[in-house]
Amino acid sequence: MKNLVTALFLCCALALAQSHPAVAIHNAKIVTVSGSVINKGTVVVRHGLIEAVGENVAVPSDAMLVEGEGLTVYPGLIDALSTWGQPGAAPAAAATTAGRGGRGTTTATPTTTPTAATQAAAIPARGPEDRPQTTSWVKIADEVNSTDRRIETARGAGFTTAVTFPTRGIFAGQGAVIDLLTAEKPGEMIVASPVGQYISIARGGGGGGMGGGFPGSLMGYIAYLRQIYLDAEHYKLVKDTYAKNPVGMTRPEYDRALEGVLDSPRILLPANRLVEIDRMLHLAADLKQPVIIYGGRETFRPEAAALLKQFNTPVLLSMRWPEASRDADPDEPDSMRTLDTRDRAALAPAVLQQAGVKFAFYSDGLDQARDLQRAVKKALDNGLSREDALRALTLSPAEIYGVANRLGSIEPGKIGNLVVTRGDIFDDRTKVEMILVDGRKYVPAPDASPMGGRGAASDPGVK
Amino acid sequence: MTPFVGAFFSLVSALLAAAPLCAQTYIIRNATVMTVSKGTFKGSILVKDGKIAEVGEKVMEPAGAKIIDASNQYVIPGIIDCHSHIAIDGGVNEGSISVSSMVDIKDVLNPEDIAIYRALAGGVTTANILHGSANSIGGKTLPIKMRWGKSAEGLIFEGATPGIKFALGENPKRAGNPTGRAINGQAQQGRYPATRMGVEDVIREAFNDAKVYKAEWDAYDAKQTGIPPRKDLKLEALKEVLEGKRYVHSHCYRADEILMLLRIADDYGFKIRTLQHVLEGYKVAKEIAAHGAGASTFSDWWSFKVEAFDAIPYNAAIMQKKGVLVSLNSDDAELMRHLNSEAGKAVKYGGLSETEALAMITLNPAKQLGIETRVGSIEVGKDADLVIYDKFPLSGYAKVQKVLIDGTVYFDRDNEVSARPAKQAQKQKLIDKEKQQRAPQGAATRRVGQ
Repeated sequence: MKNLVTALFLCCALALAQSHPAVAIHNAKIVTVSGSVINKGTVVVRHGLIEAVGENVAVPSDAMLVEGEGLTVYPGLIDALSTWGQPGAAPAAAATTAGRGGRGTTTATPTTTPTAATQAAAIPARGPEDRPQTTSWVKIADEVNSTDRRIETARGAGFTTAVTFPTRGIFAGQGAVIDLLTAEKPGEMIVASPVGQYISIARGGGGGGMGGGFPGSLMGYIAYLRQIYLDAEHYKLVKDTYAKNPVGMTRPEYDRALEGVLDSPRILLPANRLVEIDRMLHLAADLKQPVIIYGGRETFRPEAAALLKQFNTPVLLSMRWPEASRDADPDEPDSMRTLDTRDRAALAPAVLQQAGVKFAFYSDGLDQARDLQRAVKKALDNGLSREDALRALTLSPAEIYGVANRLGSIEPGKIGNLVVTRGDIFDDRTKVEMILVDGRKYVPAPDASPMGGRGAASDPGVK
Repeated sequence: MTPFVGAFFSLVSALLAAAPLCAQTYIIRNATVMTVSKGTFKGSILVKDGKIAEVGEKVMEPAGAKIIDASNQYVIPGIIDCHSHIAIDGGVNEGSISVSSMVDIKDVLNPEDIAIYRALAGGVTTANILHGSANSIGGKTLPIKMRWGKSAEGLIFEGATPGIKFALGENPKRAGNPTGRAINGQAQQGRYPATRMGVEDVIREAFNDAKVYKAEWDAYDAKQTGIPPRKDLKLEALKEVLEGKRYVHSHCYRADEILMLLRIADDYGFKIRTLQHVLEGYKVAKEIAAHGAGASTFSDWWSFKVEAFDAIPYNAAIMQKKGVLVSLNSDDAELMRHLNSEAGKAVKYGGLSETEALAMITLNPAKQLGIETRVGSIEVGKDADLVIYDKFPLSGYAKVQKVLIDGTVYFDRDNEVSARPAKQAQKQKLIDKEKQQRAPQGAATRRVGQ
């Protein structure tokens, strides 16, 4: 308490009112991710940034000292595709086809602004010109709110950061990298925005949207994507020409859908099956857009990994490994393809690592620490090393979104996002001691542990 | 094999290391060869570098060639289905609008559709993959080869002219539900048109727009300065039709609507490449022949809907005798597997020769799709797309033994049958493994809350 009072006096910045000017974790094992592991060292965080890290770093006199003996310090974990920070939002997920598994997805009523999809329900779209299910101009940075209760749960699992996206519609809008703070002003949470356009593609049924408005089939969705990027290119050309010399030229009509598309530095496309991965990679190349694939269920197939490598495209892997439906008829076994996918799905991270494909994990609706932990454990059991698993939750997502200069590893000058544990972060019995987000200290509920394991629920953690 | 040929051969092998089977040389020996274009005889076929290298009673037998003994068996050109909807992901129709020419089947090919393999097992090597018939003007289409195991791009019949689907009659006018009453409690949106007159209007209006669009682009292309017009995928496809770069394949049944479409095409200066189904084609065969349209019809299917009441099984033969290029199609993943017996019906109804009947599922559809220089008959230089049957191919008792595409064996009945127990065992193993994993095994507490 005394320290806190001192801090208030010393630090004028209101934003840092709750934090000490500096925190030093001393004599701890430090897993920097970007460099080698420091077996016994010190990390100093000041004004929300990492000031120093190393074996022989002196503890500043004004710092709150954390005795790190027996503790390990990791960079804060990043959920690479999330809806955290949007209270009540349904989880982001790849448009799925089969083998999703029986676990029910919790859907709540989204509280984001009404989308074109809902507004346009009365008059079905008659073509790409009507910009169906498009809110590409929405910046989720404007909607983020720290009252989302999942933020605290996620922090308890070791997450300090999420890349959160609006997820309703075909062009849902632009995502942001946010720090999982309990902030007074939501703007404090934003690390980077916009970081990409979230695109979802629902598969059409046999009838193909009879009367439901355009698009009603997969080929309709793809045609829409193609047309909107053709339009965006043309729109930009006309706008630029007009800006140069408007005299005597009819002014181009403002199109917010195209503005949103042009604002986005990259697109996120869903693909789970090998066929979909192949299709989306070729599509993105045609659209001339930097792309991230999300879903990735069949990336355990070497052909899929080879394709991603060939196109030099990163992939976000869902942490919900496919499971058999609990209601499945035992007398009607799934196809060989589905059985095989369920059997081998968790090999994906190891296969991608082997193939040299950049990948990151995303929560895909999991927000209970124990579920996240179990998901990582399954990947570890299937050949992924602990180092690579950690990277896929820290530095890799930061690199994928172009924010590795401030997030993802423990290096001087980066944002002070740290997880301090007693034990290895992926072990069942490990306990989270504290979490620093932007240098602000959070202590999880007494039972919490990184990624789950002991105490996140009342489960004693059977080994 | 001469040293030069040997060197070339190993070079080709090295180049095609990813697809090692491509360079295999085959000799299909002692078969009854039904070439379709050059008669039927007992002899052999040399397959090299994916092409038919030699056909005759005796052929050169290069060292290293693999011999396929086809004694007492028959070889025909790979079957071509001019109307299929297999291998499509996520819906066959973009049925939300009456002109959906912006969508493209090419974008949604699914090379993992098991129907491809089953079609192979029925001797089909090429198929025209069409958008459905829900719209007056449907999506863009293309022919594919049944290269099971290849990627979507690998299926595409390279160099073939792409197509577009049109549809007339009951389907585009929403048979029974033009006004959009609820079906199964779900509200349906009404969609223009609701009559055959409306279908004609939709097509004419679309081509009016396409002509304006084409004029804009032609003007821009001529001077190449300033800002180009906006590229509109919907009109772009129709512009290609006007330019003869895209074939029109139109679903139709009745004589009146067939004539209506031919008049539209004449008015706007384009050609109908094929009339699909065309069950009343026999009534207007002379007009179809005069326009130069091909006809792709069913063998003897009728009365399955009101516009099919006047269908007769002699349709194919009558149209052919009036000078129309006729093929028989499946429009169905199951029927696709026995198009050989469908062709056989044309011998019974209308008295066509066996070769003429066989041409209706090989050379004629190849001509309709503009790919007859590559496939459709057994001739030197054509793609080695071949089907080996154990019995006379037009018989219902004939079973496909082997299918080659581009000189690669894509279906082998012996391998298929002998591999089944192993596949079944592998599947059972996975089922058992999953059962075991789901059993509690003393880890019950871990399942809490799942």
